[in-house]
Amino acid sequence: MKKVFDVIIIGAGVIGCSVASRLSAYKCCIAVLERTHDLSCGASKANSGIVHGGFDAAEGSLKAKFNVLGCAMMEEEAGRLDFPYRRNGSMVLAFGKEEEETLQKLYRRGIKNGAKGLSIISGGEVRALEPNVSPAVTAALYCTSSGITSPYEMTVAYGENAAQNGAEFYFDSAVTKITREGKNFLLTTQSGEKYIARAVVNCAGVHADDVCRAYEGEGEKISFTITPRRGEYILLDKTEGGKVNATLFHTPTAMGKGILVTPTVHGNLLLGPTADDIGDKEDADTTSSGGERVLAGAKKSVPSILPKTAITRFSGVRAHPSSEDFIIGRAFEGWYNLAGIESPGLTCAPALGKYMAQMIAADYNFEEDKDYIAERKGIRAFAAMSYEERERAIAENPLYGKIVCRCEQVTEAEIVQSIRRPLGARDMDGVKRRTRAGMGRCQSGFCMPKVAEIIARELNIDINEVTKFGGASYMTEGYIDE
Amino acid sequence: MSKELINKLSSPSETGRLVIVGGGPAGLAAAAKARAEGAKDIVIIERDVRLGGILNQCVHSGFGLHMFGQELTGPEYASRLEKEAAGITALTSVTVLNVTPSLEVECVSEEGIFTVRADAVILACGCRERPRGAIGIPGARCAGVYTAGTAQKLINISGIMPGRKFFILGSGDIGLIMARRAILQGGEVLGVAEIMPFSSGLKRNIAQCLDDYGVPLMLSHTVTDIREKGGRLCGVTVSRVDEKLSPVPGTERYFECDTLLLSVGLLPEVELLRAAGAEIDPVTGGAVVDERMMTTAEGIFCVGNMLHVHDLADYACKEAEECARFAVRYLEGNRGGGEGVKAECRGGVRYTVPQLLLRREEGALSLKLRVGRVAKNVYITASADGEEVYSVFRRVVAPGEMEYLTVPADKASKLRKAERVTVEMKEKK
Repeated sequence: MKKVFDVIIIGAGVIGCSVASRLSAYKCCIAVLERTHDLSCGASKANSGIVHGGFDAAEGSLKAKFNVLGCAMMEEEAGRLDFPYRRNGSMVLAFGKEEEETLQKLYRRGIKNGAKGLSIISGGEVRALEPNVSPAVTAALYCTSSGITSPYEMTVAYGENAAQNGAEFYFDSAVTKITREGKNFLLTTQSGEKYIARAVVNCAGVHADDVCRAYEGEGEKISFTITPRRGEYILLDKTEGGKVNATLFHTPTAMGKGILVTPTVHGNLLLGPTADDIGDKEDADTTSSGGERVLAGAKKSVPSILPKTAITRFSGVRAHPSSEDFIIGRAFEGWYNLAGIESPGLTCAPALGKYMAQMIAADYNFEEDKDYIAERKGIRAFAAMSYEERERAIAENPLYGKIVCRCEQVTEAEIVQSIRRPLGARDMDGVKRRTRAGMGRCQSGFCMPKVAEIIARELNIDINEVTKFGGASYMTEGYIDE
Repeated sequence: MSKELINKLSSPSETGRLVIVGGGPAGLAAAAKARAEGAKDIVIIERDVRLGGILNQCVHSGFGLHMFGQELTGPEYASRLEKEAAGITALTSVTVLNVTPSLEVECVSEEGIFTVRADAVILACGCRERPRGAIGIPGARCAGVYTAGTAQKLINISGIMPGRKFFILGSGDIGLIMARRAILQGGEVLGVAEIMPFSSGLKRNIAQCLDDYGVPLMLSHTVTDIREKGGRLCGVTVSRVDEKLSPVPGTERYFECDTLLLSVGLLPEVELLRAAGAEIDPVTGGAVVDERMMTTAEGIFCVGNMLHVHDLADYACKEAEECARFAVRYLEGNRGGGEGVKAECRGGVRYTVPQLLLRREEGALSLKLRVGRVAKNVYITASADGEEVYSVFRRVVAPGEMEYLTVPADKASKLRKAERVTVEMKEKK
């Protein structure tokens, strides 16, 4: 008899992991099926990392509701699950009278949505708080409740919490076919593996519509489509991280939401994103026109930005739903959607996970699990330790004294842990997202051979089997003299 | 490393302690010279397991002509330098986290955290390569894009081929060297694209590494797209660029390959300088130094590729030796005298090292500089308060070749005493 899972969650992005984590507080058997090699490999790894205040989404929308809820939960979640979060505030910058009127509208909308800490400030007040902001800025909508986080670390935190409470994760497991087997669902993955579930939660991000279509017969009833909308970013060196404190947005116009400038929780400066609807859901390429638009937009807000301090460019493909608003809830018995979760989806993730877990638990009468472990501890980062903590860490584990990534001061101890933990890293990018090795200004130029060596050693594979992100993304080709 | 040694290094030195951060060519040369000049208490701190720095991965020859009068490979050169510095305390597998303004050198190793107390510090931490993100090559974000130095380390230290079919962007020396290395190891190199109309590499490397193996050098070309298959690079698009360095539509050529190597510039590794509060030169990316190669942080000197990127390891060593003399003088109590005048660069001269001339110094002035463009039949001049006091003729100058000037003592003295010093390049009339 094949194991019957109570719930199968499709997708191990921030939404899927948040649902899994919350659902693992109940007595139920959970599996998460993920098409890529690791947690957080879709939009969750490549977005702005902003915890939005909640003034942007239309009144009465699901986006507005869950944004305000999620924003209020974030600090506690970050403490409980040990992921980075900082309430740095945000400003929507107005360049002239017309945009100032839009600020007033956003302000009123924010108040109605229940957003906290909103005020309109003058251009002078903006520059008093943010001296590097353009002199052309005439006013701003200031929001003190908004913040920043690390989206992939948040996703890993939720994923690990779910795993420590018994959720099972299966990677390289794209769901290609779903059929009924009695009351249950039978899910078939790309490699032919089969999984049975009483309930399915579709958190497949940009592929959420494809997952519906994979459900033969009834999937057709779910009529939404997801348009892949690509956003390109430029990340600047930490030397630039102090250029702004708050997250700076442009005033939204008919042309779009504009380009933001924000510090990251790790002290870099992040610029972006563009918003281009593209045909291919996997196309996370960067383009030269995208890069130019990001720079031009960022310089409009902060003219002194230096393009030569860029250390990397990346892009994320967001799931833009045909419905404009999030698609949340029970589509029919046993089938739950969390689809079209574009911005402010990251902010909403804690609230969406909680909401969905409660709904499913009620539908299936899951009992609360008294053994549920609510707290999760991350890897202790050497770079963030005090002198005494470092002394103690090295005394306990000498590998804490071996700096592997010099730019981010990541030690071998952290890299080893990132691989050995439950749902541990199995490739270069996985190590990078969990430890920051290779995230710095040399972009792994110095530490790549050593990190690959550690991965090979820990996973007991040949170094030439080490990949960047699974599949055929091999780092190297073979030994010399072969 | 014994507890005893750590205790000793954490205590003040009786004779004055010179700490050299970095055990590459510049650090080793500085150490040997400092000892010859009379320093008694010298400590080299190196993060790698062995001394020698990047020389260890440079298995090609061409090193040492200026220092030792013979042509050596990188590892041979490193061992010669190590021999010269034999007996000097060298800590390996130790990373320096910070150098404080009071010259406490904070270190970490598997044995723990400890502080080395210094009376003078020479920073010789080398440079790093510019990564893909710094130049923003568009396209797929896949495996198979490496800086040339990383590829060099993989092949020569780890014995691993990063790929088999290469394209190289940038004609910096490491890129040229790696073209030959990949071919000698059975790889294929389809071409080297250089966005500028001239190469930034040494002429001898173009001849010996590209021409001899029939590898085309495509000047005024750049990579405009990267394609992948299954997550690994499978080809690059190369386009010609116009005078503004913008790709010209219609000139795209696709090269099927599995690896793109980048040799698009080196940047000094200045994080310790920043932490110490020393001024950084926005042009070199390295420290601002005076004639002693002291940074704007008292007692902290800087040499080699951490100060500015050199053409040859030999030149970095020569500079380190010069610095060592001043560092020893400083240890001996010859302090102060940091007042001086900053050299302003104009007319095609991008920077000078040192940036700051000292009122108090005497004797000839050695000035290193780089120009921003290729030029023929030019004079490089130095003026004191608008009056030209020194001039030297060059048949040809290029950004890839550093210029070394020696200004005679009498003329140097005029420059040092001036309110304003300008260094510029002038076309011959």
